[in-house]
Amino acid sequence: MVCESWKAKLDTYLDGEVPEQEMRTFDAHVRTCPSCSADALARVQLKRTIQVAGKRFTPSAEFRRRVQQRIAAKPRRSFNLGWMFAAAAILVVGTLTSVYLGTRSGRDQVFSEIADLHVATLASSSPVDVVSTDRHTVKPWFQGKIPFAFNLPELQNSEFSLLGGRMTYLEQTPGAHLIYDVRKHHISVFVFQERSLPAERNEDSLSKKQLAFNLETWSQGGLRYFVIGDASTADIENLAKLFKAAS
Amino acid sequence: MPHFERLYNFACWLAHDREEAEDLVQETYAKALKGFSSFQPGTNFRAWIYKILRNTFLTSRTGLKANATVPLDLEGEDEGLPVIRETPESFLLQRSDGQLVQQALEQLPVAYREILLLCELEEMSYQEISATLVIPMGTVMSRLSRARKALRSGLQQQFAKGRNKMVNHGL
Repeated sequence: MVCESWKAKLDTYLDGEVPEQEMRTFDAHVRTCPSCSADALARVQLKRTIQVAGKRFTPSAEFRRRVQQRIAAKPRRSFNLGWMFAAAAILVVGTLTSVYLGTRSGRDQVFSEIADLHVATLASSSPVDVVSTDRHTVKPWFQGKIPFAFNLPELQNSEFSLLGGRMTYLEQTPGAHLIYDVRKHHISVFVFQERSLPAERNEDSLSKKQLAFNLETWSQGGLRYFVIGDASTADIENLAKLFKAAS
Repeated sequence: MPHFERLYNFACWLAHDREEAEDLVQETYAKALKGFSSFQPGTNFRAWIYKILRNTFLTSRTGLKANATVPLDLEGEDEGLPVIRETPESFLLQRSDGQLVQQALEQLPVAYREILLLCELEEMSYQEISATLVIPMGTVMSRLSRARKALRSGLQQQFAKGRNKMVNHGL
């Protein structure tokens, strides 16, 4: 009976939605109370089962193509006017999306998709799901969420700082999206399983200037890395080097 | 197309029909592009596009039908939902396999299903859910709580059914 008041808030606690001070008190209670810790464990397991069971439907490649074609077929006039209202980042999205109007290779489509993910994430008010500058917090967060493991570089003595990470999808493939900061520029690093991506996009290594972004991609240890941002080519290369050294 | 796979998955859960889900997603992107000027930079893009999808669903034939059959007292007392006492059996239930959870999710009213998926699958914060569903934070919390109770109750019923079958078959 003592635990009734704790249990009433257990779900809110597990959702990470109780205030920080209360969170610490909750942590301490759950650690010492067998009944609440068993209950918390069961609820976490149910949450995980819902996460897995919820990912049930995957769109077909044909449907994706159809939607892309429909978007591309939209009249340019109203389309561009819409984007003009947004800030610089949104303008970039507009420019990127207009690329769909032309014929592009599959590789370029992937690069644009990566750029879309980068911009859409930065436009979001909560760009990262795990907020931490500590790689030892961010890396374990991906456990059980993506079907592979990867290493994050040590950033001491570098200009880069880690802001956090989130799960992402490319061509229906789950992957990791990490966001770094360098002199107020945000750089995204995407990691996917190489074998899950279409073969035509699997160049070993490539540096590219894609619209307003610099992008570097390479394959290492069965994983495909993309580093993209509006930072200088040197910054993108340096971050890529740190990842290559860590992998 | 940001969030394409996830929007499609969410649309399938709402509509229970792949063709209809495809229409919903297609219309969502068309509306998003057309009305992009209404998106305020710095606000939540994900919540914005999910809100478009959901509104599109709610005005579809299936959405109107689903809404018409949802009890109006969603935010009321927990009448009608059995009280769930946590027991070793209920712990076992909550570890049940994905298929059982999928069935239980399918049987939930849309309002419960969508809020559970936004919270657990999309891992949205309460604030994002509030923006997506256009409901106050307090309602997010109470509805989520009721949705979880309803899911546990559904799982318990399915578990009981399965156990009865086994008894009837002399297992």
